[in-house]
Amino acid sequence: MAPTRDVAIVSFAQTTHRRAVPELNEVELIQPVIREALDAIGATISDIGFTCSGSSDYLAGQAFSFVMTLDAVGAYPPIQESHVEMDGAWALYEAWLKIQSGHADTALVYGYSKASPGDLPRVLSRQLDPYYYGPLWPDSVALAGLQARAMIDAGIIDEAEMAAIAHRSREAARGNPHAQLQGSAPIDELLAAPYLAEPLRRHDCAPITDGGAAVVLAAGDRAREWSKRPAWIRGIDHRIDSHNFGARDLTTSPSTELAAQKAGVAGGPVDVAELHAPFTHQEKILTAALGLSDDTVINPSGGALAANPMMGAGLIRLGEVFKRIESGEANRGVAHATSGHLLQQNLVAVLEGER
Amino acid sequence: MTTDTGGVGEILEAPLVIEYPFNRTTGPVIGAFLTGLREQRVLGIRGADGRVVCPPTEYDPQTGEPLTEMVEVGTEGVVTSWSTVTTPRDGQPLPGHHTLALVRLDGADTAMLHVVDGHVATGDRVRIRWADERQGLITDIAAFEPIRGGA
Repeated sequence: MAPTRDVAIVSFAQTTHRRAVPELNEVELIQPVIREALDAIGATISDIGFTCSGSSDYLAGQAFSFVMTLDAVGAYPPIQESHVEMDGAWALYEAWLKIQSGHADTALVYGYSKASPGDLPRVLSRQLDPYYYGPLWPDSVALAGLQARAMIDAGIIDEAEMAAIAHRSREAARGNPHAQLQGSAPIDELLAAPYLAEPLRRHDCAPITDGGAAVVLAAGDRAREWSKRPAWIRGIDHRIDSHNFGARDLTTSPSTELAAQKAGVAGGPVDVAELHAPFTHQEKILTAALGLSDDTVINPSGGALAANPMMGAGLIRLGEVFKRIESGEANRGVAHATSGHLLQQNLVAVLEGER
Repeated sequence: MTTDTGGVGEILEAPLVIEYPFNRTTGPVIGAFLTGLREQRVLGIRGADGRVVCPPTEYDPQTGEPLTEMVEVGTEGVVTSWSTVTTPRDGQPLPGHHTLALVRLDGADTAMLHVVDGHVATGDRVRIRWADERQGLITDIAAFEPIRGGA
């Protein structure tokens, strides 16, 4: 959808990601992140017109868990807020729509989860349909293995290239103080490790993470007041492929391709792309679907392979591109978020700085 | 195993198990497929482009139009992709090391997800092993098993 109002990301904060944060509940986990995102621009919750969060009751283990988490915002006097049972990237999309519609000029967006209290690959099997797939309780890693196998069979990728993606991502994460995994063993060592779910080895999989992120959006001059170089959202779109993945080609992502087209990715050079690929082989699918060239720096933060808080890792991709535009390191970038198994649903945003 | 507790010391924990038992209405398409399994028959459905979708969906995967023509397919098929399950979890159909696979049954044009009892590779032929007691569930297919010695 083409924007009618100029809306930008003006602030971003995230947790220092860890495998498990047993000493904090979700409110305690995300509150300092929200505080940091607001403090960075000298704002308080009273400056925010709309608040939207992304989280999952399946991960929190209680119904309407996002209502409890509003304690982290300080929703008194009452605020306008909403929630999506999705990654925070989709909460950002809702907030962007709210601003486009003229119902708000500023928005706070956050996404978070603690995956550590449960068995994440098993919990994620509950995303599947209840008749054909769900009763088999397939875990998320073995499902991703089906996709990697299909790509290898089609000659699109091999295990060495997958290991190289893991190596490059986690080496890049050495420069990311928030990353959970920093640095990688050499590629030949990675390839000598046993399979987790053939053809995937542990290095091919994103880590399990407790964490979250927060972003502030603002329209027009307010964005210029709050940030010395806002990252303007030039296009944003999200699309979905069939949940019946036995009936689709797992080696491509038509929904990403369509979202990229609608968001206008091809309208200019892409300096940086942050792709939400929880498995190494998925980066290759996304790079092709987005039409990125070798000139684009992919996942300088390390991507989801360096830290993957469920419901936050997609929003973090938008935040990481914002950071690089704000610093002047990049002028135009692409952020991608995914949801569901095997890249089922995909969101693409084009962010740009003013010259 | 030591857990990083963020310098807080001992963390108190209590177990929490959440289950939501439901009986869901399956409707004319999914219901027909599941009823077929009880009788050791597998049904697909003809898509808008003439291709047979199995397991059947109520709507065409591409165009979204409603589908109605049920088509019986075979109980043998070919593996179109596979992965290994080394440490099975609760609820999974087989207790030991097994294969998770997409299987395109003979007469179908799409693949179904299930498990294979044994090692297979893409292109291998497999057949359904039926559960002894069948109730109209996807697990009426206990597993697929490899057809050895060529087909």
